[in-house]
Amino acid sequence: MSCEPWQCAEIATSKKANPIQKPEIAVAMIKKASRPILVVGSNVTERWMEGKQAIEYIIDLANASKVPVVATAHMVGEFIKRGYQPAAFMNAFEIGQRVADPAWQGLDGKGRPDLVIMVGMPYYMQALILAGLKHFAPDLRTMTLDNMFHAHASWSFPNASFEEWATNLKVMTSKFEGGQ
Amino acid sequence: MTSKNVHVKIDEMKTSSGLIKNLELSIGKVINENYAEPMGPTPMPSMTTLRDWDMKLLNKYKPFYMPDCDSCCLCTFGKCDLTAGKRGACGLDIATQSSRIVMLACAIGAACHTAHSRHLVHHLIEKYGRRYPLDIGGLNIKVEAPVSRLVTGIKPETLGDLEDILTYAEEQITQVLAVGHTGQEGSNLDFESKAFHIGMVDHVGMEVGDIAQISTLGYPKAEADTPLVKLGISSVDRTKPVIMCIGHNVVPSVGIIDYAKDTKVDEKIEVVGLCCTSHDMARYYNRARIVGPISWELRFIRAGLADVVVLDEQCIRTDIYEEAAKVNAPVIAASEKNCMGFKNRTDDPADEIVSDLVSGKVQGVLILDPEKVGEVAVRVAQLVAPTRKRKNVLPSIEEITQIAKTCTQCKQCQRNCPQDYAIPAAMKAAAAGDLSLLTDLYEYCIGCGRCEEACPQKIMIHSLIVKAGEKAMECEDNLCRVGRGAVSDVEIRNVGSPIVLVEIPGIVAIVGCSNYPKGGKDVYDIAREFALRRYIVVLSGCSAMSAGSYRNSEGKTLYEEFSGEFTAGGVLNVGSCVANSHIAGAAIKVANIFAKRNLRGNYEEIADYIHNRLGAVGLAWGAYSQKAAAIGAGFWRLGIPVLVGPHGSKYRRMLLGRKEDPQNWEVLDARTGDKVNVGPAPEHLFNTIETKEECMVAIAKLCIRPNDTWKGRSIKLSHYVDLSKRYLGVMPNDLHLYVRTMADVPMTMKDEFVKILEANNWKETVIPDPTMLPRMVRKMKE
Repeated sequence: MSCEPWQCAEIATSKKANPIQKPEIAVAMIKKASRPILVVGSNVTERWMEGKQAIEYIIDLANASKVPVVATAHMVGEFIKRGYQPAAFMNAFEIGQRVADPAWQGLDGKGRPDLVIMVGMPYYMQALILAGLKHFAPDLRTMTLDNMFHAHASWSFPNASFEEWATNLKVMTSKFEGGQ
Repeated sequence: MTSKNVHVKIDEMKTSSGLIKNLELSIGKVINENYAEPMGPTPMPSMTTLRDWDMKLLNKYKPFYMPDCDSCCLCTFGKCDLTAGKRGACGLDIATQSSRIVMLACAIGAACHTAHSRHLVHHLIEKYGRRYPLDIGGLNIKVEAPVSRLVTGIKPETLGDLEDILTYAEEQITQVLAVGHTGQEGSNLDFESKAFHIGMVDHVGMEVGDIAQISTLGYPKAEADTPLVKLGISSVDRTKPVIMCIGHNVVPSVGIIDYAKDTKVDEKIEVVGLCCTSHDMARYYNRARIVGPISWELRFIRAGLADVVVLDEQCIRTDIYEEAAKVNAPVIAASEKNCMGFKNRTDDPADEIVSDLVSGKVQGVLILDPEKVGEVAVRVAQLVAPTRKRKNVLPSIEEITQIAKTCTQCKQCQRNCPQDYAIPAAMKAAAAGDLSLLTDLYEYCIGCGRCEEACPQKIMIHSLIVKAGEKAMECEDNLCRVGRGAVSDVEIRNVGSPIVLVEIPGIVAIVGCSNYPKGGKDVYDIAREFALRRYIVVLSGCSAMSAGSYRNSEGKTLYEEFSGEFTAGGVLNVGSCVANSHIAGAAIKVANIFAKRNLRGNYEEIADYIHNRLGAVGLAWGAYSQKAAAIGAGFWRLGIPVLVGPHGSKYRRMLLGRKEDPQNWEVLDARTGDKVNVGPAPEHLFNTIETKEECMVAIAKLCIRPNDTWKGRSIKLSHYVDLSKRYLGVMPNDLHLYVRTMADVPMTMKDEFVKILEANNWKETVIPDPTMLPRMVRKMKE
């Protein structure tokens, strides 16, 4: 699995993400975080894996891990349709700006997230938001769950096939208490 | 009019030959002081004159930077790594560098429009003279140049007057470009302020260009009911020689059309255009055809439809020469800004140039005389067409399958596609004889050709897509309303009150380029949705073409379904890029004509009025260019929020409000001087939107303004809620921030609102006479 940016011209990074070689590593990081959030973009209804949309895998993971979900674009309705209530819904850049702010008190007003997990936005858009966080919130850890390597994240899965992506998400889900 | 030229005034002088009284002499121009309106505080503002106003906006809408690059490589100290707070050799940090890039992008855009306008004015003065009167709407337009009047304090009456305005704009562009040099500005907010400044200047530059061409070239003059022009590849009569003009500057196209008419061959040839030049051709010539947006260059040329390609300026593919050569279509470059490496043949006899192009001795020429361009293009097209026989480089349907079989599924095409389209899957299906996925891509593809550049097998992927979509291409026979130019004063008078006070929920300006995330249909859908909801929908440029490229269930295009009047439910096409200035102009005219605010050199007050009262939103769904950045910046300084599609995130800086922070949303009540929290209205000044569905809701919300009457707010909220339910599937989560009194609540939604208000401890507040300028407070409290 390649650890070059999925979109080939996205190379201008001096600080490159650590690759997540095994889904268990991602699980350990999420468990270690005290206030993680999962930001989910519009491509999760566009991508299909093993006959299921990516959003189904994400719902399973969110239910298992209990990580609060922020739905961007029009994804809130897609989650609710499938019986899952996200913690919040807002524009992708609105959540990006908030998590970059050290004074922001999080979705519940109890404290800023210490880990921002992202998945499913248009690649270039997600890359830019991650770049913003890398530069302006260097204390914040970021992780991507897509099957496309995101160089601006703190940790990213390498480029992978849909099958590998599905496997990674399923393994992650199974490693949380709620997924067993 | 202000003049810096030599000016001599003699009240009384006795000489040996007689007595001279009241002699006033100005060298270089005629002094014109017919403009009775008093001069406001900021005529011809410098880069810092409106800095305080900018800072008010930037305090409310804070920049969120997303650097596209971690380093700076603009000087020889570099590359400097600016990651996460590191400073470069010159001391710049990444926020400041990011804002510098934003400013430079806007300056490039403003330079582009202003240079275009300077060329037009230069050319038109040469042809018609300096004293040629400006007329952009006859008796229906008294405020002929609202942007220029507002910014410069000049009321232009002749072509010559426009030169003074351009001189101001050019000076500002030079000053702002200088700021981009290493070791100049050291604050990101000051770079932002200068980006706003140059955006404002950009609208001045655009306005000058458009009013010059409207006045001289017989364009429609602020008419609502302009004719419908044929739009789409299939609208081109391919039995005739076809001249295709690409770009934005109509001057060479006028040369072609005039020559064709003069030699009586206009009915024997097709003169068609791509991108904004086609809008202006259609404004000039009723037989012109608009092929489509800029992204269709490759498909039109590779399909062999052009017999001659004429390039003017801006947004043209720089490899057109190579593409046209593949189909034996000669190229004429007609702009100093874009010489394409061709030999300058301007002074050569037309016969020689024609002979060289027709024989294939040369593939392209540079001709900087528009009349000669006209003669050469028309003659060459007629001579070349019979031998070219529509030569194209598209494969046959059978060949597609064979070619697709050579694909190794390496995915380089997808990884280089700006849209990340699943091209490998389409190739795999094509190799098995199923072209449906390639056909689907035809609708979405923006035609950049990056897939081909990346393909190690050298597969001409775009050509395969175009061939697979050929049937769809053959159906592209639609209609676009000819660009009308300005909005008339009468229309402003009629809608001023409904817009500001009551029943028109907003103005949605859908402008700009065609770098769409999922084809042009989104633009049509958004425009139609808001027209049906009785918003005023204003279109321009490539967006105006995309909006006309689809039909409703009755087979009507958008321009047939809705009137072109600036009124509730109207769908207007103002015209080309430079006509975008009329959208800002309409907003300014509402403040001037309806609200009776002085215009002349009175920028802050007018912007304050527009920002707080006029529910206008700009949308550039496919914005790609520096010009689009500059246009956006001009709207930002007026306080008009702008949305862009997902690719707009690559402008790498958003201007976002934080709705939960009450101090963000305080304005002064001009009646009392009290500070009043008016809620997040509008919530953002610049933001990227991820999907069409999200866009529908965001537009409705961004039309909300502090000064809405309770009835107006109620209407706006009902649209916001309805669109949110329909496209997001939920009630909005911030309604309590937009209800000031219970009268704001839509009657039919009262129960739902009450629950939300109670859950959020909502408290009633007042509706102020909102302003952000302390000097506008009529009675300041002690």
